[in-house]
Amino acid sequence: MPGDLRDGRIVIVGASLAGLRAAETLRDEGFTGSLTVLGEEPWPPYDRPPLTKQVLLGTAAPESTGLPMRRDVDADWRLGVRADGLDPIGKRVLLAGGEALPYDRLLIATGTRARPWPHPEQAALDGVLAVRTRDDAAHLADRLAAGPRRVLVIGGGFTGSEIASACRERDIEVTVAERGPGPLVGALGGTLAKLAAGLQRAHGVDLRCGVTVTALRGDDKGRFTGADLSDGSRIDADVCVIALGAVRNVEWLADSGLAAGPHGVACDAGCRAFTRYGIVTDDVFVAGDVSRFPHPLFDYQMLSLEHWGNAVAQAEVAAHNMVSPGPLRRPHLGVPVFWSNHFGISIKSVGVPTFSDQVVVAQGSVAERRLAAVYGYQGRVTAAVTVDMGKWLEHYQRLIETAAPFPPAPGAADGHPLISELPVPSDVPDPAGLSHGPTVALTGHLPDRRLTVRHSGT
Amino acid sequence: MQIVVDLTRCQAYAQCVFLAPEVFRLPREESLLYRPDVPEDQMERVRQAAAACPVQAILMGEAVSPGAR
Repeated sequence: MPGDLRDGRIVIVGASLAGLRAAETLRDEGFTGSLTVLGEEPWPPYDRPPLTKQVLLGTAAPESTGLPMRRDVDADWRLGVRADGLDPIGKRVLLAGGEALPYDRLLIATGTRARPWPHPEQAALDGVLAVRTRDDAAHLADRLAAGPRRVLVIGGGFTGSEIASACRERDIEVTVAERGPGPLVGALGGTLAKLAAGLQRAHGVDLRCGVTVTALRGDDKGRFTGADLSDGSRIDADVCVIALGAVRNVEWLADSGLAAGPHGVACDAGCRAFTRYGIVTDDVFVAGDVSRFPHPLFDYQMLSLEHWGNAVAQAEVAAHNMVSPGPLRRPHLGVPVFWSNHFGISIKSVGVPTFSDQVVVAQGSVAERRLAAVYGYQGRVTAAVTVDMGKWLEHYQRLIETAAPFPPAPGAADGHPLISELPVPSDVPDPAGLSHGPTVALTGHLPDRRLTVRHSGT
Repeated sequence: MQIVVDLTRCQAYAQCVFLAPEVFRLPREESLLYRPDVPEDQMERVRQAAAACPVQAILMGEAVSPGAR
């Protein structure tokens, strides 16, 4: 019947983790209408975290990474089909090839893609690749299995670090080039970047920081042979991995009138998309990496997150709200959680470390490579990062959720020394100065800009 | 049968490694690795592992099959 939110036509653009979880939730919540899931890649939804770990180590095949379904979602899977445009008045998704797909409600979950090397002719060299998709990972795994002399990884973010770690585990020589002062500095700030740099070097990575790659070189057969760095040095390598962060897949929305830009598609706390005039829509929803949403724990700063957990949680909220009348709708308030395993350690993050002005090592130490670092902004706890101390994450999550004072009070019961160091500036750099893009972007304004303003007032 | 482990929840209790060592590995203290596709002869063990996981981080199910409606 008209007006029944559990009936009608729902289209999900993006056959991803977020797209799949949204489809499951729609059916869980009683949606009985027609459901179509569009995916640009030919593959059904697959899991990305194993791509830079098990797949590169050769312990899992790329095609084995399909995501399990919690339930039958009774959807029409349109795979290998790209959305090319959106007609919000006619309520149609325009497909590459001319077809138009009508909807009553739409979920945008188009995610991100790897940021390409800026020089197309250099990027086209054989041996230059990125790792974002299943096919990318399969390609790099083949290259690693062939036993290259050296791999050059451009960008020291999480993806670049995980790839470098897999290379070392396979006993392949690797150089990491990062424009910023250290690996992971864009996500975790200066203190943990020092730990990450020490870890890379201890595992035999040739880590070059504060440099840019000025040119990729190839031979007369078009094969990558090496790269020139801004400090005048040259790296000879057979494989070059571009790990420069991600670009949000918003181009197809250029003429849609939605607030879609480089930081993603803006939406409200209930995942409803905004138009470019800041007016909320009621039939277009957004979830996952492509979204940009306000978070009350971080001063309603608009956040873009590239987190597995965010894709799941936001998709569930979006799907719930798509089939629920206004008063029953829920906000997406999940505290961001992120993890990475590389070079033999497990790094977990809760909250938003880039939303900080200070950091303190509250437990453990940088020297023993086992610690809990707590981040604060203007005297309250806003994030924590653990290295091989993941069981503490929940404790710090509670401190973040309750806006506990920073630095946190001592008093742990397990005998670990608390507050082993005094708070120091968190040294979160301007993302513009990094090779790797940040996995969390504060899109309202840059954190260094905010810090500059605050310092000048005190 | 496919599995996915929510590694934001995983706290490396290693119950899964104990119950299904051919599928789950804990090469370091807190870094779980697993086979996303579960072989037929390991399915019962993985079921037990999913049930025993103290933080219920293991999700099992069939993958989406292309063209399925």
